[in-house]
Amino acid sequence: MSFFTDIFRLMGTPDLWHASLQYAALLLLPALGGVISERSGVVNIAMEGMMLTGAFFAVAVDLAAHNVWIAVLGAMLAGGLMALIHAVVSIRYRADQIVSGVAINIFAAGITVFLVNRIYGLSDVGQVPSSDALPNWHVPILGDIPFLGRVFFQQNIMVYVALILLVAIQIFLFRTRLGLRVRSVGEHPQAADTAGINVYTLRYGAVVTSGLLSGLAGAFLSIGIANTFVPGMTDGRGYIALAAMIFGKWTPIGAFVATLIFGFGQAIYDANSSIHVSQYLLSMTPYILTLVVLTAVVRRSSPPAADGIPYVPGAE
Amino acid sequence: MTEQSLAIEMRRITKKFPGVVANDQVDLEVRKGEIHALVGENGAGKSTLMNILYGLIKPDTGQIVIDGKPVVMQGPRDAIRHGIGMVHQHFMLIPVFTVGENVVLGREPGTAGDLYDHARAREAITALTKRYGLSLDPDARVGDLPVGLQQRVEIVKVLYRGANILILDEPTGVLTPQEAMELFGVLRDLVSTGKTIIFISHKLKEVLEISDRITVMRRGKVVGHLKTSDTSEAEIARLMVGRDVLLRVDKKPAQPGPVALRVENLTAVSDRGISALHGISFELHQGEILGIAGVEGNGQSELVEVLAGTRRPTGGRVLLGDREVGQLGAAAIRSAGVSHIPEDRRGAGLVLNYSVADNLILGRQRTPLFSWDGIILRLKAILDWARRLIKEFDIRTPSSTTPARTLSGGNQQKIIVAREMASQPRVLLAAQPTRGVDIGAIEFIHRRLVAQRDEGAAVLLVSAELDEIRSLSDRIAVMYEGRIVSIEKADTPEERLGLLMTGGGAGERLKAG
Repeated sequence: MSFFTDIFRLMGTPDLWHASLQYAALLLLPALGGVISERSGVVNIAMEGMMLTGAFFAVAVDLAAHNVWIAVLGAMLAGGLMALIHAVVSIRYRADQIVSGVAINIFAAGITVFLVNRIYGLSDVGQVPSSDALPNWHVPILGDIPFLGRVFFQQNIMVYVALILLVAIQIFLFRTRLGLRVRSVGEHPQAADTAGINVYTLRYGAVVTSGLLSGLAGAFLSIGIANTFVPGMTDGRGYIALAAMIFGKWTPIGAFVATLIFGFGQAIYDANSSIHVSQYLLSMTPYILTLVVLTAVVRRSSPPAADGIPYVPGAE
Repeated sequence: MTEQSLAIEMRRITKKFPGVVANDQVDLEVRKGEIHALVGENGAGKSTLMNILYGLIKPDTGQIVIDGKPVVMQGPRDAIRHGIGMVHQHFMLIPVFTVGENVVLGREPGTAGDLYDHARAREAITALTKRYGLSLDPDARVGDLPVGLQQRVEIVKVLYRGANILILDEPTGVLTPQEAMELFGVLRDLVSTGKTIIFISHKLKEVLEISDRITVMRRGKVVGHLKTSDTSEAEIARLMVGRDVLLRVDKKPAQPGPVALRVENLTAVSDRGISALHGISFELHQGEILGIAGVEGNGQSELVEVLAGTRRPTGGRVLLGDREVGQLGAAAIRSAGVSHIPEDRRGAGLVLNYSVADNLILGRQRTPLFSWDGIILRLKAILDWARRLIKEFDIRTPSSTTPARTLSGGNQQKIIVAREMASQPRVLLAAQPTRGVDIGAIEFIHRRLVAQRDEGAAVLLVSAELDEIRSLSDRIAVMYEGRIVSIEKADTPEERLGLLMTGGGAGERLKAG
């Protein structure tokens, strides 16, 4: 019984909701990237790896340059570069996109450990000083509203960025000409090609964008939340973002709803010290939520028609 | 020049693919404002020629002249710029997009900030559809439209891009007779506004009806330039095939025997779990061909599958002679004397990676003829049998051990036909037996179906080709939305069948009954 009373007590505190939104934003960035990539017809399960690479380079650049914005840029470029590998392999060489994605995730895990050892030796990477970390932004006036102010307006800068990107990408995909073309390429590349649309250019652009966004999420994780890099620190969040994308039926808004649920699960875990349940059980929450959500929703959710199918011009 | 001026001139076009000359010094002249038919069998090079014209393929040699000016096509964009539009056989439409989005894709009207301008797209389409008398709702989802309207979207799409020359690749293949008539009306209207149309087809009747002039291709070469008013079906067919072709099926009146197959109140559901057959009843006699006419997707596929034992009925009875076979599986039904030429040749009819010989005994591999105790195959007997059938059914294959995958569609179909007919069935279920098959092979398969009938088999023929149904059947059952709406005589006019196929004529039936 005490488990539920603990949860209810927590839900009365703004901190739980603050943390939920923060973790939701962390998942939202790679999920948005996944939406763009798969809407263009390239299956992307490599957000995990791109995020991890981004997380490492954010810390490495930050420790070297002492400039958080250059660090963010480095993280995005690192994620984008990983995505470019995925793009070349799956668009140009028409390899299996799942295999390519798995390879990138494994490669990212390896290269980051290698670079940690190479650069920092066997010791820790070390702490990013809070002066070089991604800042929180206490929104004037709004941030002072009781309860809601803490939840919505005292967040890390990356939370606001993620929410702005959410709106921007939703509009981009469903209200702009370019968005229409991206979706056409993911639905029926032959049709797009005969309409004079360059299938390859759009797919490359979409995949690399997903890498930039995942890299950004990596930076948020390492220099916005943890302020250090630990090997494997993404801890499956790229895969949870993938689940959020599917749950959200390949739409930004839908993915956001899903990340809110997963973010809530993560926030509950974070608060484990005040819940009378084994923290190991609680640590499963986000993943169990993922499984439940996927089995309940996935069957009714259909991906873009040409998702995962390489485009061969002239082939029927 | 006393003649009408030319819209398109393709001069001495040659295109070689590994092992085959797809176009060999091909000349094509299309006059402005005419409907020009391009006919030929599968593989004759029509599609290659049109893909060259549309910029999808580059020719090895040759020249394209449009409106008197030589042009070089680097891609479809160039073709579009020169006013050429293509309505593909497999629609280039995105089912989840609206009509409007499909039409303007690639040339979307935009507002400031690159937003997609919905209102202007809708206006542009309404203007076009009004001008050419095509009714279309710009906000409808394309996937929800019937095939005839989807094709109209394709035509509007091409017009939106400013095409003056429209290439239509096998446009009637997917249409009902009524829809085809409507299409012809649209094409005539387009020509009257000055458009030029290239009409690719292998249906000679249509070509004679709609075109002004005809270019015939065979094996990569042009074998005839004809004026439609001066030619005949027989002449075109001879040019296409290279020999005289029997277009009419030569058959004696049927001599129906006792009932071979009785279907009573049969119901079944489709793969999507939706009711597909709503109480089908009919009788099929020995020695007759019963044709099932209908627009595809009205339950014909499910009916054949139930009768062949690959789909379980949800109700009703199937009697083979006196024996209830409705709940038996495919193997049991097969051994009871039912043969099945499935509509999905590559998926259900053949194991593509197996040899021709192995495919020729599929389903009968356990019989004493081909195995000892149903376990060990009698390879020599199988090869002997294969050689016999390859000869008898004129299957063009390098050897009996060649994988079926490498054969042409027509020869693949002949493997199935040979296998299913050689077992001397009591009942033969033939679903779309000539789909995608050349005229020569069609003629052959038709003759064989009639021969089966004359030997006493009960033949159920399902086909989307009304001509095929009418020329082969002794009686015609029309299916619409999972029901047999009427059983008609063989000489029923096409118009009436077309009406029944689209759900019309029901009132008339009520009055008659």
